[in-house]
Amino acid sequence: MSDALAVEVRDLVKSYGQIAAVRGIGFEVKPGETFGFLGPNGAGKSTTIKILCTLVTPTAGEARVAGYEVVRDRDKVRQNIGLVFQDTTLDSYLTGEQNLRFHADLYGVPRQQVEPRLKQVLDMVDLWDRRGSVVGTYSGGMKRRLEIARGLLHAPRVLFLDEPTVGLDPQTRSSIWEYINDLKQREDITIFLTTHYMDEAENCDRIAIVDHGKIVVLDTPEALKASVGKDRVQITTDDDDETIAELKARFAIEAAMHERQVTFNVEEGERFVPRLFAELSTPIRSVSVARPTLDDVFMSYTGKTIRDAESSAADRGRATMMAFRGMRRG
Amino acid sequence: MTAVATTHATEETARKIAELIRVSVPQRSLGRDLRAVSIVWRRELLRFQADRLRIVSSLIQPVLFLLVLGTGLSRLAGRGLPPGLSFNTFIYPGVLCMSVLFTSLFSAGSIVWDREFGFLREMLVAPVSRSALVIGKCLGGATVATIQGLVILALAGLVHVPYNPMLFLTVIGELLLLSFTLTAFGVAVAARITQMQAFMALNQMLVMPLFFLSGALYPLNGLPRWLAIVTRFDPLSYIVDPMRHAVFGHLSVPAAATASIAPGITWNGWVVPDGLSLGIVAIIGVGTLFLAIAQFRKTE
Repeated sequence: MSDALAVEVRDLVKSYGQIAAVRGIGFEVKPGETFGFLGPNGAGKSTTIKILCTLVTPTAGEARVAGYEVVRDRDKVRQNIGLVFQDTTLDSYLTGEQNLRFHADLYGVPRQQVEPRLKQVLDMVDLWDRRGSVVGTYSGGMKRRLEIARGLLHAPRVLFLDEPTVGLDPQTRSSIWEYINDLKQREDITIFLTTHYMDEAENCDRIAIVDHGKIVVLDTPEALKASVGKDRVQITTDDDDETIAELKARFAIEAAMHERQVTFNVEEGERFVPRLFAELSTPIRSVSVARPTLDDVFMSYTGKTIRDAESSAADRGRATMMAFRGMRRG
Repeated sequence: MTAVATTHATEETARKIAELIRVSVPQRSLGRDLRAVSIVWRRELLRFQADRLRIVSSLIQPVLFLLVLGTGLSRLAGRGLPPGLSFNTFIYPGVLCMSVLFTSLFSAGSIVWDREFGFLREMLVAPVSRSALVIGKCLGGATVATIQGLVILALAGLVHVPYNPMLFLTVIGELLLLSFTLTAFGVAVAARITQMQAFMALNQMLVMPLFFLSGALYPLNGLPRWLAIVTRFDPLSYIVDPMRHAVFGHLSVPAAATASIAPGITWNGWVVPDGLSLGIVAIIGVGTLFLAIAQFRKTE
């Protein structure tokens, strides 16, 4: 069983009436991998994750999680997954520990394992000292950490994080990512997450970029960025005009002045810079190398920025709502 | 190179596994469902404990009815009662039922709350049967409401009802039955409601008619025909009546005198035995429980 794929999806389709939210998605996630679904709101990320978590039944296609088919073996899938939703699902009148104990009983964690496991997951998110406090007194970041701990409590094979940092301030967001990266080290687990933050997607081993209910491209963040092309190098020198001429003569590179710096694009910028220092006759004062971001990747595969995609998805969302209402009336 | 990396990865995994607390969750079984019932039930108790204000506030109304309304009206209403029986004592069984009415429905309504704040989702995605969740909820509501009723039961001496263990056991059993039925009913209703205000409004619409039509405040005999018919359709009547028989049976008032004001519910002249009355409530309780489970199977 352990060598089975963590997630296996084939030709997945989900339609609401005339509107297709997911239009033929297929991918595989290996055990231990951190896999990200990146895309604008309304691209079909949430619908896909809901199908994988057995909350939505697919219209067509097949999906297996931890080796179990999501429709036929619903309970087995549920047993083997941990869920952290976008919106909090904690009882704010109970303490952190009571919330976790509730979960342990509901998921049937063997009684003698509850105590040590409880300590382990609470330590992992640094909430052991606050376990006796009522959840209503927790900050947004603490609640999210508690939910991550709870999602891990029954030792699932796959942890689903649906927009794990949405609604949190930037500082808390990055601290949540420290915890997620830390738990990857400690737990023997596959992580499946959705996000529409480019910088967060870079924490994944592989990323699928989703738009209009389809996977546009699927690869490692590095490969995706490499596929977009070259790094941007900017330098300042004692004689910029001379440098531009020299770059053309020696390296066949077309450089130009941008932001008062000599700017050019080159593959593997950080490997190129040492050559530049060695071979350029003009003294260099400063160097910066910018790698392409996932924003550039999204742009190059879909022809639009994430922001543009979101506004058009919002339009389609409205269309879906209208189709729903129409169906109800009909 | 690849081989080395793989070996390293395997060792890494092995090390991780050694440090982990290995949790192996057993397959779904009756034992697991019972554990789910128990934790949902215990959560109700924990939340009840944490909510002191609710405990006090839901006691105010029955205490007002029993001590203020009961005392105030006793001079007027007392004339129709046999000598030695005060009006407070007469309405005592009805007020006992009233004390569990609000709490049961409020407990059931917390499902709406749970949905609004997301916790319901944590329960619904768990690998346990929906019936376990609903049964746990109903048992929890019944327990909490009955604890509430115990406070009113403790006031028995104030209205000249003896502290008799058999009587108390009977009353507690009847209160449990009533509050379980009410919670099940509330849960079935709450399954379809998404806003707490709507549930509260519905409660207001139901609680007072249920209470006033149950004969909690007046005997069910000698009523105008229309009212007599309506009271026969109020499920609460079938718990107030047996409870009144239980309480009056332990009073030092002649049996013939109490029989005249608590003759029992009649169907077209036929007196419904207490056992049948309680059976009717139990059947309604089980029926609404199944309805509630069916409602929750449909959601998500």
